[in-house]
Amino acid sequence: MEVTLLPMGREAVLVEVAGTEEVLALADALRPERAPRWTEAVVEVVPAAYTLLLRVAGEADLPRVREGVAALAEGLAAGLPRTADAPSPDATDATGADADATGADAPGADAAEAGSDDVVVVPVTYDGADLAEVARLTGLDEAEVVRAHTGSTWRVGFIGFAPGFAYLVGGDPRLHVPRRDTPRSRVPAGSVGLAGEFGGIYPRSSPGGWQLIGRTDLTLWDVDRDPPALLRPGAVVRFEAV
Amino acid sequence: MAALEILEVGPQVLVQDLGRPGLAALGVGRSGAADRGAHRLGARLLAQDEALAGLEVLMGGCTLRARGAVTVAVTGAPGAVTVDGRDVAWGAPVRLEDGQTLQLAPPSPTVGLRTYLAVRGGLDVPSVLGSRSRDTLSGLGPEPVGPGDVLQVGPAPSTAPTVDQVAPTVDRPDVTTLRLTPGPRTDWLEDLQALTTQDWTVSDRTDRVGTRLTGPALTRAPAYRDRELASEPMVRGCVQVPADGQPVVFGPDHPVTGGYPVVAVVDPADMDRLSQLAPGTELRLTWAQPTTPGSARP
Repeated sequence: MEVTLLPMGREAVLVEVAGTEEVLALADALRPERAPRWTEAVVEVVPAAYTLLLRVAGEADLPRVREGVAALAEGLAAGLPRTADAPSPDATDATGADADATGADAPGADAAEAGSDDVVVVPVTYDGADLAEVARLTGLDEAEVVRAHTGSTWRVGFIGFAPGFAYLVGGDPRLHVPRRDTPRSRVPAGSVGLAGEFGGIYPRSSPGGWQLIGRTDLTLWDVDRDPPALLRPGAVVRFEAV
Repeated sequence: MAALEILEVGPQVLVQDLGRPGLAALGVGRSGAADRGAHRLGARLLAQDEALAGLEVLMGGCTLRARGAVTVAVTGAPGAVTVDGRDVAWGAPVRLEDGQTLQLAPPSPTVGLRTYLAVRGGLDVPSVLGSRSRDTLSGLGPEPVGPGDVLQVGPAPSTAPTVDQVAPTVDRPDVTTLRLTPGPRTDWLEDLQALTTQDWTVSDRTDRVGTRLTGPALTRAPAYRDRELASEPMVRGCVQVPADGQPVVFGPDHPVTGGYPVVAVVDPADMDRLSQLAPGTELRLTWAQPTTPGSARP
């Protein structure tokens, strides 16, 4: 796996890779039960879209962590599927070019087979305020938008924006839509949305600019639950229309 | 059990400890005292665990009454401290008897923004995800403290305070200098050295999420002008440059990921000082390493 190690101050290194699937593969290899010895020096692993942050307790630990992650990535060289969430904004076209047996309808299926046993089914009422707009933007009708959303095998790439807000990747590329021009000052908790290549669910009521296509009653975030986030990096997510 | 009854507050009084590290992958930032050194000093003065919670008082202005005897210590930005109207020491254990009123007067903005009240036994408010810190961005942790609140105090540790008093360490040159190491996206700036060759002013749009700096705008390198950066993990102290070219240094309540390029990171050792700089303060940034930032890139 190609990685670039970028500096992030005295106590962290930012590891840049080709896409979210690579981020997840690297994060997976760093899980405590399988991690190499040098990871003792790592106090925190934070995945994002194309980067993964490794934070260490002190500056002295940084060189061996940089060496360790470079060696680890080299060992992960082969076998990663090329996915629809590659950096290019026109990845839609690329999917057909290297389509494999899973086809373009389920670009996340490889990821699902690659190791996560954590599948979350999310029941959704598809009555979002932007459903018609998403249909217009994608050229699909509303029923087709719902079918594309429920027919995709999504995977949690990373969490950001707010506690428990999961960025879902691996969705049907036809669903790639821009954010709203004007963000809403209040998006209700449980709202199911789309933005760019990502899907997401608002864990709590907050401002937001994603296109809303539906809502779920699931509790995405609960500080009294362990862990508090329902969706965690690597988890496989399927939506079901109710 | 002893308690502190809040009578009056200034612009912002928050319960803080050392935060909730290690949860960024769930979207939860660390938070915690903005001036960690001041928080830790309070714990040492009271001979107790640094993890115990106290108050972070922005720009002074906090009056409270002891219910039962409570020992406290005031650290951070030095301002007048009185008990029932009599001056008492900053940077020393102070015993409040039942019913006595402690008042923290606003410090002069030139000496700092944030005063810390350490409480022997710690503030026993409910812990959220392992910390009693208020994260102002995510809303996790106890609500901001207001008049009428009664904050319970935990049991005092068995160790007795042994430090009588510390001297305030206020050395304030006319211009503060913060040391930088390179961030991941130095190549996004047309002229990286503009960061360190011009003066910056702390903006009044500054809070625990970030300190905004104003000065001549930093411009993007031509190759990156129309590029958007996918969300990347952020750290306390990272210097993010939004489209307007005015840098933001992320503080304790920073978002865990962000979408603007990070061109540098302020040394952890200088972040406490930054948290005390009032809007209008001039500062300079300087590279901490002898090597040029470009050469630090692999």
